[in-house]
Amino acid sequence: MSTVFRRSTLVRHGLVFLGLAVVLLVLTSFVFDSFTNYNVTEVAIYAISAAGLTVLTGINGQVSLGHGALMMIGAYTTSVLLTRHPGLPLILMLVASIATTGIAGAIVGLAGARLRGPYLAGATLALAVALPQVPSHFASVFGGNQGLSVAASTPPAFLGSSFAPEQWLAWITLAAALVTFFVLANLVRSATGQRFRMVRDNEVAARLSGVDVARTQVLAFVVSAACAGLAGSLFAYWVSVTSPSGFTLNLSLSLLTAIVIGGLGSLSGAVLGSFILVYLPVWTGGLASSLNLSTNVANNVPLAIYGIVLIGAILVFPRGVAGGVASIVRGVTRVLRSSRGTGPLPAAPEAPSQ
Amino acid sequence: MSSQTPDADPVVLEVAGIDVRFEGVVALDGVSLTVRANQIVGVIGPNGAGKTTLFNAVSRFVTPVAGTITYKGRSLIGLPAWRLAHVGIARTLQGLGLWPALTVLENVVAGAPSRTRLAADLLAWPSSDRHAATLREEAMANLTELGVANRAASYPGALPHGVQKRVIIARALMARPSLLLLDEPASGLSTSDVNELVDLLRSLRARMAIALVEHHVDMVMAVSDSITVLNLGEVIASGTPSEIRANTDVANAYLGQTVAHA
Repeated sequence: MSTVFRRSTLVRHGLVFLGLAVVLLVLTSFVFDSFTNYNVTEVAIYAISAAGLTVLTGINGQVSLGHGALMMIGAYTTSVLLTRHPGLPLILMLVASIATTGIAGAIVGLAGARLRGPYLAGATLALAVALPQVPSHFASVFGGNQGLSVAASTPPAFLGSSFAPEQWLAWITLAAALVTFFVLANLVRSATGQRFRMVRDNEVAARLSGVDVARTQVLAFVVSAACAGLAGSLFAYWVSVTSPSGFTLNLSLSLLTAIVIGGLGSLSGAVLGSFILVYLPVWTGGLASSLNLSTNVANNVPLAIYGIVLIGAILVFPRGVAGGVASIVRGVTRVLRSSRGTGPLPAAPEAPSQ
Repeated sequence: MSSQTPDADPVVLEVAGIDVRFEGVVALDGVSLTVRANQIVGVIGPNGAGKTTLFNAVSRFVTPVAGTITYKGRSLIGLPAWRLAHVGIARTLQGLGLWPALTVLENVVAGAPSRTRLAADLLAWPSSDRHAATLREEAMANLTELGVANRAASYPGALPHGVQKRVIIARALMARPSLLLLDEPASGLSTSDVNELVDLLRSLRARMAIALVEHHVDMVMAVSDSITVLNLGEVIASGTPSEIRANTDVANAYLGQTVAHA
């Protein structure tokens, strides 16, 4: 059993994710109230998109300032399909959104394979700025600036008529997030993931090792965009209306912020970053209103704290919160081992890119 | 080359009369080079002679404006650079080019040219694990051959230069090359390391053709079966080490009296 566990990535990752699924099922069903489920859904949506972005930016080294726009493609795919064919099952919406966004990612990736650093950032920035203008020009399809309303996915009948829709959406989103993270965790430690890193760190050496650099970069973009598309589709259900105002440049920048705070290139960092992204405004908003400040000040306290946290996190954890936590854990285990004096030598440090 | 008999080992690489220009500057002018199986060919010349440009032309980083480059009878011109490892041409870089974020073992495994198996990798299919395990075994065998298997778990940045040099050769061997191109393999090595490198190249010669670009003339003289001397982008001599040693043009070039030659 232990050798199977050690040798088979499928068994190892599969068991970890099944365990997580059970924990999340219990939490969303018996522990969380509706409001928490609603927030957890938001965290999971951001986490799916941020995880895709961290594969692209953290692992493959391509900066994207346009992931909000890719989420928009996913959200509009779902919304347009749902408007035309209200009866289609949710899973089909998710798959269709992944497909369209993946194709969009391939197109952006083909351009991206010819661009480096600031030029790629500029091109994706242009996407993030331009795409939200499209719906107003094709209002008959995309509903213009008012957007399209998205009918909630109704829980299946066997769950009972009183089953909360928030809980149902939380289940779906968390399931989608678990599948995404399972697949990405496999990818990151696979030969394909290794090639992503090879291209990031040394394109010439990668080419000499037989890696088609351009193809690898496009592939990273497709995988990353597919995640954004899935997140966008779920985002449409979560907001229940899809309009251009939901996909401003701010969204793209927030995703980038999330992966940097969380730890660039780390999948757990993408989760931590998304958590901070959703919960920091909630907490700071609560704090500001409890301090009895004037409205002008109170309105700006969350922003100020957000900025301080951002700067602080980067100063204290240059490798992100995930990297910081990992090094604290390593430090503690080292202290514990040396105090016992019997343990083996500390293991080789984790690869910085993990 | 003059010293080769007609029934010698088959030609692996044939560079014939290539011209390379960089924005009008002539980097290589009618350069030819023949590398046969089980042969070590050294390319020497003063700084700026075009040695690395010649390698860059063979490994498809620059495209010559004239001349042909054939590998096992097939033209290399038109082939993308990344394909070379797949057809059995491996090259090391002067600047090492190890991946600092990967362990030594991972760096060597990375040298194996393989197809992307996206679906299997996304689903962590057992075939993906098996493939990775096979490559790790081969990489360990290469590290063992190079005498640095004990460094497999280290990160390259922490290793002495001599060990890193061995790791990049181990990585190049993952392509199971028929032609191994070594860019300055002896640079920065101690005398004893250079001697071990010479022994290593002689043992590798049984399995492949080797071409090396090198500043360390004594090392090239010791190890090469044939030597080509470049100066200012042109071949000024080629032949066996003893022929090159006796060549006055070569001596002049190395003394810097190149104007007289031109």
